[in-house]
Amino acid sequence: MADRTFRLGGALRGLFTNPTIDDDTWDDLEAALIGADFGPDLTDEILAELRSNVAKFKTTDPRDLTRMLREAIEERLAAHDPTLTLSNRPAVVLVVGVNGVGKTTTIGKFAKFLTGYGRTVVVGAADTFRAAAVDQLATWAERAGAQVVRPQHAGQDPASVAYQTVQFAIDNGIDIAIVDTAGRLQTKAGLMDELGKVTRVIEKLTPIAEVLLVLDGTTGQNGLAQAEAFIESVGVTGLVVTKLDGSAKGGFVLRVQQQTGIPIKLIGQGEDIGDLTGFTPHVFAASLVP
Amino acid sequence: MATFGTLSDRLTATFSALRTKGKLSPADVDGTVREIRRALLDADVALPVVKDFTAAVRERALGDEVNKALNPAQQVVQIVNDELITILGGQQRRLQFAKNPPTVIMLAGLQGAGKTTLAGKLAKWLKADGHTPLLVAADLQRPNAVQQLQVVAEQAGVAVFAPEPGNGKGDPVRVAKDALKHAKTNVHDVVIVDTAGRLGVDAELMKQAADIRKAVDPDEVLFVIDAMIGQDAVATAKAFQDGVDFTGVVLSKLDGDARGGAALSVASITGRPIMFASTGEGLDDFEPFYPDRMASRILDLGDILTLIEQAQKTFDEEDARKTAEKFATDSFTLEDFLAQMQQLKNMGSIKNMLGMLPGARGMREQLDNFDESELTRTEAIIQSMTPAERRVPKLLNGSRRVRIARGSGTTVTDVNSLVTRFEQAAKMMKTVAKGGVPQVPGMGPMPGMGGGGGAASLRKAQAKKKGKGASKSGNPAKRAAEEAARAQGIKPGAGAGASGSGFGLGGGAATGGAQPSAEDLATIQKLLGR
Repeated sequence: MADRTFRLGGALRGLFTNPTIDDDTWDDLEAALIGADFGPDLTDEILAELRSNVAKFKTTDPRDLTRMLREAIEERLAAHDPTLTLSNRPAVVLVVGVNGVGKTTTIGKFAKFLTGYGRTVVVGAADTFRAAAVDQLATWAERAGAQVVRPQHAGQDPASVAYQTVQFAIDNGIDIAIVDTAGRLQTKAGLMDELGKVTRVIEKLTPIAEVLLVLDGTTGQNGLAQAEAFIESVGVTGLVVTKLDGSAKGGFVLRVQQQTGIPIKLIGQGEDIGDLTGFTPHVFAASLVP
Repeated sequence: MATFGTLSDRLTATFSALRTKGKLSPADVDGTVREIRRALLDADVALPVVKDFTAAVRERALGDEVNKALNPAQQVVQIVNDELITILGGQQRRLQFAKNPPTVIMLAGLQGAGKTTLAGKLAKWLKADGHTPLLVAADLQRPNAVQQLQVVAEQAGVAVFAPEPGNGKGDPVRVAKDALKHAKTNVHDVVIVDTAGRLGVDAELMKQAADIRKAVDPDEVLFVIDAMIGQDAVATAKAFQDGVDFTGVVLSKLDGDARGGAALSVASITGRPIMFASTGEGLDDFEPFYPDRMASRILDLGDILTLIEQAQKTFDEEDARKTAEKFATDSFTLEDFLAQMQQLKNMGSIKNMLGMLPGARGMREQLDNFDESELTRTEAIIQSMTPAERRVPKLLNGSRRVRIARGSGTTVTDVNSLVTRFEQAAKMMKTVAKGGVPQVPGMGPMPGMGGGGGAASLRKAQAKKKGKGASKSGNPAKRAAEEAARAQGIKPGAGAGASGSGFGLGGGAATGGAQPSAEDLATIQKLLGR
């Protein structure tokens, strides 16, 4: 499942056109790293590491530099374990994120992914705020062959929908319950508190297995602020990066993973229901630096 | 508004390092330019844009056109301000309406940029302006986008044209064409076409958008882009410019804490103006984009004009006059207090409003600690009182206070402090209404301020900010701006009190900052040598 080729590939391809490493090489490399949203701090850090490596090994071959860059990125990506823990029954997965990052779509794909492995899945439409979000989720659930728990009336408290979803999973012996939530900007304290309530209410029934934070691959350095805010209010256990099929490079996720210690667990890269894969540091690094 | 927050913090820090210099040396300029570069990159401004921007600032800072009347820090502020305005598009641009209605506005953008929500906001805004917009559901791709548009249209109170159910079925080009006929027969003067979100690299969907564009020949094509987008803003904007070619840009989710570098990137790279900004989840959280005001926000000169506009939208003059009468005749009650508070809440987040005041950056940390739920608590306390108690607070004896505390989920101490504050405030208002000057120095009529914590922390915040302003702001330009702001705080505050609209809460701050704005803003600008 991890051998899909990323279209974000080539971010750093054809970077080193000169036959030897010179000042231009370093400038190009800096521009490429910043252009891939690694951010100025991480860019400086990687550049310093590479410079010292190049000096240490006394190499002038750009191909060595490419390999070192790939290793530097992979090493950072691999620092955390990307495995999903879904051993509880029911395993409750809460999906959170800011508006428009692709939470509902991700849930549809994730449900499909799980039903593909023979698990029974129920999704809970606790996004009672955005117009037609419930219908959107129901459409995805149908495509994925999952059941859906809808709010009984418009504007119902999301926590109560989440509770009903988990209760439904327990009563019907369903393996995995995935709870959708409304998108919220991390600056809205009231909405972030609401998420805390959702987790507290679910935990009255059963521990939450995973809290997945969905990040838009096109996001810039703000991704870190998003992650920090969500970690504080709901204790995120894994990151999902979406929309990596576009021209975005998603370099910021490396910074997020490094600064927060929360591993990237899933990668979304397309509009098709099958376009969600597990995260493999090696593949991700190799696709950034071919 | 936290927009550009950290960007302006960094720039402010950079400029303060220049304050002691009498003259700009090339080394100073290089150092400053390096800091600006980093600040912009951290704010996700695209690298090519950063390079151009810093080159322009550098060249001008070292050039001959240096104004002798300004000190180095002021010079750099002025140059950066000018350049920011230039990049952001100079003048604010309005929508172009067709000579022969209907005017067709098409929306395009990435998935999740906020097109459908924006369609509703735009429609509501146009409707308030006397237009009769029609929303067209041409996003037949995303599951249930059509339903979402229908719900949004209902909330905005406008018509919607959705002949196809969506979810991958139907031909959006045909829908768009039919919509024009529908608009003509039903006399809609503006047609807003919501299209499917697409990735910059998706050739098929991009062609569909281009086809829709050809079919309806829109007067405006608005490109909706998420303020939180990173370096990819460049690739995305270019792809859309090549694919559908847009006439204007809408910046969405500007209420997050993104530093909004995308705004600079897109405007600079495509040369298309940013026309609107979307700043919240409500359908009213939508405003025209003013490059000069945004530049002021970045440089921490505040955004007083937007603040006034918000205040004007919400405050009812008639109400204000009645309140003023009540102050003067001593018949102001807790009921009126409650009404005022609710009106204030309608104006939007107090944090947002305070963030627009000049120099407010310095108090952002305190702002973050300011708990708006205090207002809700105060509301709860008043609502737990009987009508008689609200009218005559003297009735409130010990056992009544215990009951109120229990009813509102607060403590007797909270109730006591509310009553005390209310009494003090009413007394002060009476003085003001009779033409006196309130006793709180530099604050305007602020005493009724919300719940205990809220009031105290805000007051502290203000005091702290002022202390800081006086001791720390060595940058003469900024100090001047702060002094002007402080002057505003007192004088117009009293004015607001006299007209009665500024009772308690942030109202004092809001109207206080707002009233004399046009001329005071001019003064600030003059002080900055613009």
